[in-house]
Amino acid sequence: MTDVTDTQSFEAEPQLGDYYALLKPRVMQLVVFTAVVGMLAAPVGVNPVVGFASILFLAIGAGASGALNMWWDADIDAVMKRTVNRPIPAGKVTAQSAMYFGVALSGLSVMMLALSANLLAGAMLAFTIFFYVVPYTMWLKRSTPQNIVIGGAAGAFPPVIGWIIATGQIAVLEPWLMFALIFMWTPPHFWALALFMRNDYDDAKVPMLTVTHGRRATRNHILGYTVVLFVLAVGTAFSAIGGWVYLATALVLNVLFLKGAYDIWQRDEDMSEADNFAVERKFFRLSLWYLFAHFVAILIEAALKPVGLGGW
Amino acid sequence: MGLRPEHEIHTRRKGLNMGVGLMLGAFVILVMLLTFTKITSAEFQIPASQANGVGVQTGGGSN
Repeated sequence: MTDVTDTQSFEAEPQLGDYYALLKPRVMQLVVFTAVVGMLAAPVGVNPVVGFASILFLAIGAGASGALNMWWDADIDAVMKRTVNRPIPAGKVTAQSAMYFGVALSGLSVMMLALSANLLAGAMLAFTIFFYVVPYTMWLKRSTPQNIVIGGAAGAFPPVIGWIIATGQIAVLEPWLMFALIFMWTPPHFWALALFMRNDYDDAKVPMLTVTHGRRATRNHILGYTVVLFVLAVGTAFSAIGGWVYLATALVLNVLFLKGAYDIWQRDEDMSEADNFAVERKFFRLSLWYLFAHFVAILIEAALKPVGLGGW
Repeated sequence: MGLRPEHEIHTRRKGLNMGVGLMLGAFVILVMLLTFTKITSAEFQIPASQANGVGVQTGGGSN
């Protein structure tokens, strides 16, 4: 990282909203949602107060890792259109403040999650923050085109932590199926984004697959991951967290997703530029609904179980 | 000695300070709620080292 903020002047005081933006609120929403599904899909009930507090501390931990990511990546964020308005490159918060903020919230969230839920949940959150900040942000993001795959693992832990909050158990298949769903979904989601936001990653010299292996290879990878994701997502329907609702959802969405990946694979750059990457943009939008709908389906299955309708 | 006039920095940081204050207050309330929830749950047991002969004791040690 470079100290892009060390010499800049801060005319305005940072406001509460600037610190909130450091927590990457949109990522936090995904973390909260998938963790809540993981917690409610578990076969053990959770006291509402304990559940609420635990998810809150998990969200704070996820936000803390976002703040540390923004601290380290301030130089990259300053040259990418998508991130140039983040609090550090925009000059609203110093990089050092973001670092202190991230470290303090990391410690607080891990300790409080261990107290509110159980030690294993706290330990898992600590590992997730460490994994996102050190191996991913500090090391692999700038050194391998598989950065998205590795970063996806960090984003895939929340439903596992949600499950641990409820059960205190980690050695069962179901939370890891939810982990695998997010893990396999992340690369096609971000590679589609990289196809139509290409100048951003080029300018920042982040070794995205589009930059290192070319755009043809990226299209191939999107299709490959989507095929594996299809098998995994539909296969999950036959586990303890699946059922008819989930199966129907997974079938519809995975057929659409596979069709989108196939369309991207068939196109070349000239075709994409002719319609301003319409197919790639559509695939990216679909990917957002894809993940949301799968987790909603898992939630519906969990909600139907007490009345004898969920599952098989 | 009279009170010092409010420094300009207090005005500029008022929003941030109010927000932090409110969040700290909410945190205290949340910890209180968590504590009440945990000590009133059926699984709660007083650790042997702190029981002093009260309630169900856990752990093998005695003091």
